[in-house]
Amino acid sequence: MNQKNKTLSLWKAVDIQSLFIYLLLITVGWLTIYSASYNFDSVAIFDLSSTSGKQLIWIAVSVLVGISILIIDARFYYYLSYNLYIALLFLLLLTILIAPEIKGSRSWLVFGPLSIQPAEFAKFATALALSRFLADYGYNIKDTKRIVLLFALLLIPVGMIFLQKETGTALVFLAFLLVFYREGMSGLLLFVGACLLSYFVVGLRFGEQTLWEHTSMGNFSVLLLIALVMSGLFFRYRKKDNKTWLILLLANILPVLAALLLNRYTKWGFDIAVLQLVLLSLSVLYALFQSIRINSRIPALIALFTVLSTAFLFGIDYTFDRLLQPHQQTRILVLLGTMDDPSGVGYNVNQAKISIGSGGFWGKGYLNGTQTKLKYVPEQDTDFIFCTIGEEFGFAGSAMLLIIYSYLLIRLIFMANRQRFVFARIYGYCVASLFFVHLLVNVGMVLGLMPVIGIPLPFLSYGGSSLLGFTILLFIFLRLDADNLRRH
Amino acid sequence: MRSTSTDFENRGRIIILIFVGVMLAFMARLAFLQLFSEEYDKYADSNAQLKKIIYPERGVIYDRNGKLMVYNQAFYDIMVTPREMKGLDTLEFCSTLKIDRSFFEKRMAEIRNRRLNPGYSSYTPQLFMSQLSVEAYGPLQEKLYRFPGFSITNRSLRRYSRPIAAHALGYVAEVDRKDIEIDAYYIQGDYSGRSGIEKMYEKVLRGEKGVEVLLRDVHGRVKGSYSEGRRDLPPVPGNDLILSLDIDLQEYGEKLMENKRGAIEAIEPKTGEILAYVSAPSYDPSLLVGSRRMKHYLELESSPHKVFLNRPIQSFYPPGSTFKPAQGLVLLQEKVITASTKYACQGGYYFLGLKLGCHNHRSPLNLPEAVSASCNAYFAAAYRGLIDHDNYSSVQEAYGRWRELICSMGFGSRLGVDLPYEQSGWIPDTQYYNRIYGQRGWRGATIISNAIGQGEILATPLQMANYCAMICNKGWYITPHIVREVKGQATDSSFVKKHVSGIDPVHFEPIIEGMRGAVTSPMGTSRGVAVPDIEVCGKTGTAENPGVDHSIFMCFAPKDDPKICLLVFIENGGFGATWAVPMASLMLEQYLKGSIAPNRKWMETRLLNANLMNVEPKE
Repeated sequence: MNQKNKTLSLWKAVDIQSLFIYLLLITVGWLTIYSASYNFDSVAIFDLSSTSGKQLIWIAVSVLVGISILIIDARFYYYLSYNLYIALLFLLLLTILIAPEIKGSRSWLVFGPLSIQPAEFAKFATALALSRFLADYGYNIKDTKRIVLLFALLLIPVGMIFLQKETGTALVFLAFLLVFYREGMSGLLLFVGACLLSYFVVGLRFGEQTLWEHTSMGNFSVLLLIALVMSGLFFRYRKKDNKTWLILLLANILPVLAALLLNRYTKWGFDIAVLQLVLLSLSVLYALFQSIRINSRIPALIALFTVLSTAFLFGIDYTFDRLLQPHQQTRILVLLGTMDDPSGVGYNVNQAKISIGSGGFWGKGYLNGTQTKLKYVPEQDTDFIFCTIGEEFGFAGSAMLLIIYSYLLIRLIFMANRQRFVFARIYGYCVASLFFVHLLVNVGMVLGLMPVIGIPLPFLSYGGSSLLGFTILLFIFLRLDADNLRRH
Repeated sequence: MRSTSTDFENRGRIIILIFVGVMLAFMARLAFLQLFSEEYDKYADSNAQLKKIIYPERGVIYDRNGKLMVYNQAFYDIMVTPREMKGLDTLEFCSTLKIDRSFFEKRMAEIRNRRLNPGYSSYTPQLFMSQLSVEAYGPLQEKLYRFPGFSITNRSLRRYSRPIAAHALGYVAEVDRKDIEIDAYYIQGDYSGRSGIEKMYEKVLRGEKGVEVLLRDVHGRVKGSYSEGRRDLPPVPGNDLILSLDIDLQEYGEKLMENKRGAIEAIEPKTGEILAYVSAPSYDPSLLVGSRRMKHYLELESSPHKVFLNRPIQSFYPPGSTFKPAQGLVLLQEKVITASTKYACQGGYYFLGLKLGCHNHRSPLNLPEAVSASCNAYFAAAYRGLIDHDNYSSVQEAYGRWRELICSMGFGSRLGVDLPYEQSGWIPDTQYYNRIYGQRGWRGATIISNAIGQGEILATPLQMANYCAMICNKGWYITPHIVREVKGQATDSSFVKKHVSGIDPVHFEPIIEGMRGAVTSPMGTSRGVAVPDIEVCGKTGTAENPGVDHSIFMCFAPKDDPKICLLVFIENGGFGATWAVPMASLMLEQYLKGSIAPNRKWMETRLLNANLMNVEPKE
């Protein structure tokens, strides 16, 4: 096979669907950035000093880099993965040491007119290193040394990014837990982690709000979640016709519904959380009883988890109210977006909801959004860019965008599963998981479902480093996949 | 490194399930926000527009004859929207406004401090400096476009045609945090009435704020009006007030009271309208306007003469001998005496070692004569006769009946004048004496000081003036009030309603005769009040206190068709005849004749030159 033939067949082997979605998304992103920064003085779309103009340069750079990645031999990424990882660690370290403080973070390296954020490139480098490590050794919980090394590979860049005060980007690395799960990490661990994290976020996020003045919204929601998880676990581990899960579900939900109605329509208000605690205690006793009756440890373990979850909830409250300093409380509440004053963090979320909500079904039309245009939404071309789409293209446009993203995610998983090389498969899962977590956090934040954590929306948000970082991440996988097909 | 089939292949499907689940949840949320909840549309509307508040003109205030007393003058407030300050040339801004840099930094820090400025938002205009004059505004206006984030709101401030009536008018000042919490109408930087009628009539004077709906451009600057001003709401100017005060009489009264402490109340008895409302010492109301308000306020506050005490309604004293006509009315009503009943007086009233001194006059006297001569013995004896009378089953019942009739003349509770912070004075109730002396421990002699208006009885100057009006109306009064009319509104019904006393009108003849006698008869105590050609009735009083006595005088004129009731109260003024009586005389002349006759100018000069400020109460 000569060089020319190889290259030709490479182009045929690249996954056209992902490539198309990539090009589609960056085009939509560019147009949206133009719209978001468009003002009444109508700056030309190609003006290189405007945000859309700058983004166009970055798009050009990204496409060129993408093509280069496709040209380089696929084995390169496997063999040089640790080298790239270590190089990135040095860059991160350098950033911690010399970066100036910009908008409260120390994550930017400035070279004259050009600034880059090494943390954005740490994602693909870490993905490469982890994939290689897992491909070489597998995820084996019994091999303690390897597991420790694996988590060290993950946590070193995370820690360095934390030190740059880029909390959002650091949290994105949680995406790799999904990959670990895929490669053998206990699902229970993932589940328990997800439960505790959501109890923590929900508990504090809604802690300040009340339901008809007697009940803390945070306690209510978390206790409800705990009850749902408990019956869910009984459902998961049920034995044939055992209806315990249903009994628990109804016993926990129906009285609470009645209490809600009572609080809403009559003057007999009371703290619903107390009722929920009573119901949960009864459920736990019932579970223990079941455990003895059917002679199984599972119901008892579920009961234990329920008790621990509840203790965890009140532990957060206690830690938060008693042990943390006021400024620490503020920092956490601001991160969670509960400091709900109209000009603070809550302002952003509120404005985001308003601009999306005002879009209706078809939206106000391209360049016609008033909310985003008049700068009511801050960071409208970066972290809150989804607002502009929501306002100008309405439900039709934003739902379509979510569908396109979903298609890309599923396509990536599909592609990962067809890899013959473990390294390529794991790397594929890394790419999909990273994109997923970005969507989860970014769109969740804009829709008011998640705490306010500033991370970009892949391929849409304005910003050279993130676009280039995502491009490299995706194109390395496209190269690996193309190689996989060619060597079939 | 070849992939073999793993144990975890189905986990790929679970991950896909998680992806799809989250995306579906997001779409549900999108649907909720965009399709099923209309409120966001509304928010978006109010959001895209800048609602600029247009302040209405505060109502102006006229006197009873239509002479302007209070009006408005335009001033300028500088507002700042912190979020839009980017690129501000602070140095140039400061030099244009003639402020220094440190002041600028301090103000910005104060604006951003949520504790000092609870309504703070970096997206909305915040008050930076208030009340620039037209002269200071000029240079700024020219350069304003160069100062991003800064804008101007014009506001008006109170101006006064004459430096008088401060206690009646009150003043206007910026709302504080509490006001904003109580009434959502206000936002930071608004003004509201703090005292006097400015406070009492705040809601009619302030009008309704208007809104101009504007569209902003990306730099936050106003781009033009939204949908051609169709959504604008013009401000509704405040209602004007017409006071019952006579600006000339008010000014004259204040002139007479210069360098004295006390009060002059003049009431038109038929309407309850307050013609003059003098509280001395007073101050120029324009001192409490504008940016130097606080400085002046503190200066006045620190004066030892209690400048801010609204003496006509907030100070209360024993009414002294001015209480005797009321006493006589109750005695007649309860048939303890008749007009011709006589009591002897041996220069005072003596009973069981108790002594109430009296003036030197002939004896015995009948009721009108006793009022004229202000005989202590007469009223003491008759009051004992009432309280210990056999008609009542007990001292308590007798006293209760007495108290009821006294209170029906407007004593012992707030009258309901249209000024804030009125005090109620005090007529002790039966329980009070029971508590002090025990159920069976008191009788007429015990509380004999009440007979001559001393002891526990306390009344505000306004209550005394109102009581005088009640006498000349022969048994009724209308709640005294200072606002005659709110333009564009019906008269307040509580200022039309007659309050009828418990005294039969026939009993007023001998009392009025006695008050006339006080002015005309040789033994009268009020002869100095006489005004040529006018039949004046009057009654002096002396409020005993630890220092020099307060002198009190009440009178009305003309006798048969009263046009004016007067109450003059001079703290530490000594015997009534010295200062209070001639002062009342001049006030009557000024009001009824319009000027002071040349042959009485000496009296005026004497009063104007008098300085009773430093007659300090002895401890």
